[in-house]
Amino acid sequence: MSRISPKFESLRRDGRKALIPFITAGDPNPAFTVPALHAMVEAGADIIELGVPFSDPMADGPVIQRASERALAHKMSLRKVLELVREFRQKDDTTPVVLMGYLNPVESLGYRNFVEKAQAAGVDGVLTVDMPPEESSEFLPMLDEAGIDPIFLLAPNSTNERIAKMGQLGRGYLYYVSLKGVTGASHLNLDDVAHKVEEIRKLTGLPIAVGFGVKNAETAAAVAKLGDGVVVGSALVSRIEAAGDDSALALQEITGLLRSMRSSLDA
Amino acid sequence: MTNLESIETYNLPDQRGHFGPYGGVFVAETLMLPISELTEAYYRYMQDKDFLAELDYDLQHYVGRPSPIYHAERFSRELGGAQIFLKREDLNHTGAHKVNNTVGQALLAKRMGKTRIIAETGAGQHGVATATVAARLGLECVVYMGSVDVARQAPNVLRMKLLGATVVPVESGSKTLKDALNEAMRDWVTNVDNTFYIIGTVAGPHPYPAMVRDFQAVIGRESKQQMLEMTGCLPDVLAACVGGGSNAIGLFYPFIDDREVAMHGVEAAGDGIATGRHSAPLSAGRPGVLHGNRTYLMEDEDGEIIETHSISAGLDYPGVGPEHAWLKDSGRAHYVSITDDEAMQGFHALTRLEGIIPALESSHAIAYAMKLAPTLPKDKTILVNLSGRGDKDINTIAAREGITL
Repeated sequence: MSRISPKFESLRRDGRKALIPFITAGDPNPAFTVPALHAMVEAGADIIELGVPFSDPMADGPVIQRASERALAHKMSLRKVLELVREFRQKDDTTPVVLMGYLNPVESLGYRNFVEKAQAAGVDGVLTVDMPPEESSEFLPMLDEAGIDPIFLLAPNSTNERIAKMGQLGRGYLYYVSLKGVTGASHLNLDDVAHKVEEIRKLTGLPIAVGFGVKNAETAAAVAKLGDGVVVGSALVSRIEAAGDDSALALQEITGLLRSMRSSLDA
Repeated sequence: MTNLESIETYNLPDQRGHFGPYGGVFVAETLMLPISELTEAYYRYMQDKDFLAELDYDLQHYVGRPSPIYHAERFSRELGGAQIFLKREDLNHTGAHKVNNTVGQALLAKRMGKTRIIAETGAGQHGVATATVAARLGLECVVYMGSVDVARQAPNVLRMKLLGATVVPVESGSKTLKDALNEAMRDWVTNVDNTFYIIGTVAGPHPYPAMVRDFQAVIGRESKQQMLEMTGCLPDVLAACVGGGSNAIGLFYPFIDDREVAMHGVEAAGDGIATGRHSAPLSAGRPGVLHGNRTYLMEDEDGEIIETHSISAGLDYPGVGPEHAWLKDSGRAHYVSITDDEAMQGFHALTRLEGIIPALESSHAIAYAMKLAPTLPKDKTILVNLSGRGDKDINTIAAREGITL
């Protein structure tokens, strides 16, 4: 049973918004990831999106592309990401973890095999960027059976028909991509986001997390106000990159950013 | 689903772009709307008399179609077996088959009101063919090209720039064709409103594999008629090189229902299949999902795409069009591979015996025909798609053979 819906329910009861950090598993090295996940929870993260590195991340900007390359240079793989989640779960059995990545590593492992391993590791949701619902008819029932939430993306140009469909097929939350572009882009327009989130609300009761282009505490708070949560990825990953081999500095930088976002969100 | 006997008339893909288990639309949400708009426009205009008339006119007067078929008699005599015929796509404007598709897609872009064209390119032939039609129609053009390919295909880079295109060297991943495709997809997702993405091969999300095939099928349609006129019957064997597979599908497609015609696709074996340094997913890969479709891929045990190798930049791609994946599984087409060394032998043989300098891509098909012809009787015919000319490759050949230009 996924931890995501209960998390959103409890946030709603408290009148709070979800802070959802994204980092790429294995970046800058595999040893960094689990301590970073715990530190992010400590700093106020409600849900973790853990990136599964892929050789051809078509929907990602340069920051997350380079994170994937660093992780792959350390032989990170979907199998190893699942081991990291299992390790995280030894000390944290409450924070929802969503795997975010591309379809081919999942196909390579096999849907059934992946779902069993993900369930055993304690994964709550799966966001497969390049797998639209039209191509998911085999995968979705297996996720459902295992109590893992399929998280779908919505975009500024998603039609009402598609929004309604994702509302039916999605579980946990919907991830609204705030702009047309790749991750880490910088032209987020709050009015446009507000307008579209309002439209989405009319078509689905699922919580809405907004991401892409959220760089600082101010934008995070503004975006969170429009939806039920905010996803922050490239801003964290670029801090990890800047810290190079200095893991302590990287942890300090990402938890610093998350703390400032947390307090803006709760203000 | 891959049972050929059950199909009387070949009619794939289905409405959502599936060739059996292959093909489909595997893209991020932001691309779903532009793809459905493109699909709608493609189905509409392929039935539109005015559009088709304009396309025919351009193919005839701008591209120079029909391209001739040439009976390579001296080459055939030397090999001592089947007669080899060449479909001369190398004689098209811009020097390869790629322009058949870019002319078609650019007309579609114009009809759809798009003002900006983007493309990926490997050898640079598709980039040149795209820059060419963009110049003619006055459209802005940006071409993504892996930095490794920029270095080995310098003449084509200059050609694109002269035509007014911006060439963006791609530094990510293996810095070749697949990474250029990733970068073009990223551009498209960012500029969906005014931008038309002209994919150069029969890969990518639906409708691209079907659309590019339909624009390239002029190769096979002409070939059928020309072979009947020249020899009184259809060829016994079709041979074409396969990277993404657009020239091969263009030749094969109109022959799929002619079961007596064998179809042989030739992949790039690079240093040899056994070395792992090759670009032959149909020969040595397995099915997976990349660049918007399910097909055979070169990947490692974790599903990461691995670096490919071929002397020919145009074949240096880890995937292949989904229709080829289906044709392979169904047994309708056969796929073989040719190493860098063998392709070089084919290159030299055709150049010296017939006075035709083939592209390194096409040299793979030539080299395969050299192997096959001696095993067949003299009254059999092999039609090879000579998909492009080799002028662009002289730097690569000079470097490989230690010649200073």
